[in-house]
Amino acid sequence: MSVDVQLRFGSEAITEYSKANQEPAWFLEKRLAGLKAAGELPLPALEKTKIDKWNTAGFDPFQTTAKIASANELSDLVKGQIDVDSVKNLVVQKNASAVFQAVTDELKAKGVIFTTLADALQNHGELVQKYMYQVVAPDEHKLSALHAAVVNGGVFLYVPKNVEVDVPLQAVYEVAGDQALLCPHVLIVAEANSKVTYVDTFVSGEGKDMVANSIVEVFVGAGASVQVASVRSLSAEVHDYSFRRATVDRDGKMEWILGEMNDGNTVANNTTILKGTGSNALTKSISVGTGSQRQNLTSQVQHIGTHSESDMVSKAVMTGEAVSILNGITKIEKGAEKANGVQAENILMLSDKARGDANPILLIDEDDVKAGHAASVGRVSEESIYYLMSRGISRQDAERLIILGFLDPVVSEIPVEEVRNKLRQALERKLG
Amino acid sequence: MTAVPHLQIKNLRAKIEDKEILKGLNLEIKGGEVHAIMGPNGTGKSTLASTLMGHPKYEVTDGEVLLNGDDLLEMEVDERARAGLFLAMQYPSEISGVTNSDFLRSAINARRGEGNEISLMKFIREMDKKMKTLEMDDSFAHRYLNEGFSGGEKKRNEILQMMLLEPSICILDEIDSGLDIDALKIVANGVNEMRSADRGFLIITHYQRLLNYIKPDFVHVMMQGRIVKSGGPELAERLEAEGYDWIKEELGIEDETVNANV
Repeated sequence: MSVDVQLRFGSEAITEYSKANQEPAWFLEKRLAGLKAAGELPLPALEKTKIDKWNTAGFDPFQTTAKIASANELSDLVKGQIDVDSVKNLVVQKNASAVFQAVTDELKAKGVIFTTLADALQNHGELVQKYMYQVVAPDEHKLSALHAAVVNGGVFLYVPKNVEVDVPLQAVYEVAGDQALLCPHVLIVAEANSKVTYVDTFVSGEGKDMVANSIVEVFVGAGASVQVASVRSLSAEVHDYSFRRATVDRDGKMEWILGEMNDGNTVANNTTILKGTGSNALTKSISVGTGSQRQNLTSQVQHIGTHSESDMVSKAVMTGEAVSILNGITKIEKGAEKANGVQAENILMLSDKARGDANPILLIDEDDVKAGHAASVGRVSEESIYYLMSRGISRQDAERLIILGFLDPVVSEIPVEEVRNKLRQALERKLG
Repeated sequence: MTAVPHLQIKNLRAKIEDKEILKGLNLEIKGGEVHAIMGPNGTGKSTLASTLMGHPKYEVTDGEVLLNGDDLLEMEVDERARAGLFLAMQYPSEISGVTNSDFLRSAINARRGEGNEISLMKFIREMDKKMKTLEMDDSFAHRYLNEGFSGGEKKRNEILQMMLLEPSICILDEIDSGLDIDALKIVANGVNEMRSADRGFLIITHYQRLLNYIKPDFVHVMMQGRIVKSGGPELAERLEAEGYDWIKEELGIEDETVNANV
């Protein structure tokens, strides 16, 4: 059931923003259709989490900021996320403005497009139209409809056939200010036998009652390989909703590495559709629940192609009075012969008042497959602490080593050193 | 370290849950000495090791333990370690996600204290050297602590830690169990290399075999939760040849385990 929300914006504001950004007509139509659908569709149905009281639509969608000319002028908050001197391919968005973008000539010469969504809509409109909203439809639920209505940034990344990009492409998204909205749409198209890594970080500045609503769509062509890493460190004042979805063709490979380090309420759904024969998905995610935040984190794989393989690992550390629901869904469709899907959810409880639920779900409609799951909810073992302490390490340091060790198999996979370090810092911050 | 290390165990009694295991044990170990404790299964040998280290499952009910005159039993586990006590464990924990080298460096630095941390270069040099002595492959440094290690690899890793931490009182709890003869020699070499006037050893074992490679100065027999007989290396040889029955007979003990009613 949908809940009526008094929106702080209407079709006029949306039309005005669309025109100001010289968006093509079809895109404005999508926006207005989204606005209409948002009033009619229910919120997404989530396992064991009710979000009808969360802030989903109480925002001013188009708060803008001036562009800057060089990376040195970026805010300290953003600079803290990147190595300003070495990062060559970067998009920075703050609220509804793309404040900075840089891409090397080398990348352009290869035919790679890495730009803001607004720029892509103007200059590569047909290409964007061909892919956008093809794997995440605006009319799935109220949140995707709202996203379509007020999308206020994002990135378009296109990698032509046979092109391998050997440096990670980065984006930083910042939300700041009362009732601000961060609503980026990330569209990644990797043509056959191409290879690319995209890494983004989400940060927040001062402000109250902020919302982040993001969609990521990834198209992995035959034999292509795409790696997406995302670290989110949004404050308790931000309610964050993200829907990430990839579709993978024959022998393609999709890898997700996700650090859910938000302090506020979070819904994240990460889905890979293994369409092609021999396609492959790898999803690794970690999260730390602190304070009284609520999180619903879903990793999902749909096997359609024969011989498709997937592996999902989700790890969560729970402190304070936080509640996290970790869902792992492996769905193997009829006809996906020889598919192999495994998943594991592990939760480490550090507080009696916290709650962590691991829900492994296997939905299998084909006989000739392999599938496995493992789920655990446990505490730091006293035996392990004793062992480390017996070498002179204090109890506090022993616990920290064990907790960081629990998460390390994911942290160490983050492809960019700065982002990896930022994730470690975020962990230190959250684990106090 | 100037003073000769000195561990004094006086009338130590300890229980696990409601079962008393150590029933008034006395022992004194000084720097330069190697003591071996032998005895059949279930007589409290490993409990002694764990109790001295401060394992949370064991509760001391009576007695006193002094390390260099300080009350060991008042100290937390990590304080005992920093005071110079080391226990090479029979079943060391596996810690996922923590590499052997990160762990070892944390342990060394905990011992050295803030502001006096070992430099990374020096640490790597030291670790490489000790790993060579123990014939450990380089990959051990980067593997997760004990995770997937074979029994023998775990034992070597315990000795590696001992060599790097340079404790003053070393307790080795059945370090020989599960080792083939080659591995046993390597481990014994590592221990012998560490013997010195400012370090004492307590070696707990079932088998005299280990004592062929690590020559003890004193041999003690443990039964029913206390030391019932002490002697020199010749005692170990007699035990190897004749077993424990003659001691039981001599002392009128029927059941040597701690379950026995005394």
